[in-house]
Amino acid sequence: MKYVLVGLTCVLLVLAFIGGSSYYKGQQAEKFGFLAQKNAELFVRDHSPTLGSDDAKVFIVEFMDPACETCAAFEPFIKQAMAANPGKIKLVLRYAPFHDGADNFVKILEAARLQGKYWETLELMFKTQHIWASHHNYQPERLWEVLPRAGLDIERIKKDMHSPAIAKIIEQDMADVKTLNVQKTPGYFVNGRPLQQFGYKQLAQLIQSELDAQYPTKR
Amino acid sequence: MSQIDQADKTNWTLLFLGWLLVSVSTTISLFFSSVLEYEPCVLCWYQRICLFPMIFILAAGLFPSFDKSVIKYALPLSITGGLTAFYHTLLYAGIIPENIQPCSKGVSCTEKYIELFGFVSIPMLSFLAFSTLVALLIFLKRRTSK
Repeated sequence: MKYVLVGLTCVLLVLAFIGGSSYYKGQQAEKFGFLAQKNAELFVRDHSPTLGSDDAKVFIVEFMDPACETCAAFEPFIKQAMAANPGKIKLVLRYAPFHDGADNFVKILEAARLQGKYWETLELMFKTQHIWASHHNYQPERLWEVLPRAGLDIERIKKDMHSPAIAKIIEQDMADVKTLNVQKTPGYFVNGRPLQQFGYKQLAQLIQSELDAQYPTKR
Repeated sequence: MSQIDQADKTNWTLLFLGWLLVSVSTTISLFFSSVLEYEPCVLCWYQRICLFPMIFILAAGLFPSFDKSVIKYALPLSITGGLTAFYHTLLYAGIIPENIQPCSKGVSCTEKYIELFGFVSIPMLSFLAFSTLVALLIFLKRRTSK
């Protein structure tokens, strides 16, 4: 009897936990769906760099940080998904430099954008991340050594990266990070729906479900 | 004879209620951190250290029948947790100034997450749970030392 009582309580608590979390996740999904409709600019600001066709109906919004290792690991995955569905997916990058000093790398990236080399620079930064940001041990001086490979004017970057316009972009993105409750990078939203369980497979499923919803196959 | 049996049964029930309190608190605490993703601050962690093991300690005292030595093992943890929660509540309410708090890195201990009915905060809930548990254990101690 005693064992049954204690055992049953444990089961009940576990069930309550599971029920509570699925309820909460459902609510969140609804809330973000609502947010996505009512204020799309929360997800896509005018200053946000985008990749992909303007006619695309599936928006992948990624809150990232150039110094984040998982963001670098996900980059080829996203590119693959875009290549597999040409013209249907648009990638929107937002900044979430959570670690101290990480915002400097965002500033460098944004300064590279002024030279029209945004995506090349980002790819180079991801590729050389082990050199200048190995395990969050930031070594900006080593980044300066590799950046010329993207054909950048380093002196101009050093000047441009401190512009108030760039600081404002980061400020706005961090404000949206707070509103959308992004806690980790990369944080994904596909057409406003948050990626609830982190992982390649889960993200692929989320993207696929939006693709299916936006591009129903004719039978 | 049957009187002793009855007393033992009541003790068991009281201890079971204590265990229930601890288990529910742990579930809520885990729900806050892993589902709602409230990052626990340093002081929260100290309270969790006192709370989580108590599930097993109190459960061990329930089987095979009520064992009064469980009080001796559970009291230090609940008192420590209660004191930390008390300090945390004061800090949170601003009665103790924030600049002397020990958490400089990570989440601030005065970061506001939820406030039930406008004033019941997480540290307050923790303090309530710990003090109820301390009271219950002391009551049990009185009963068993007679």
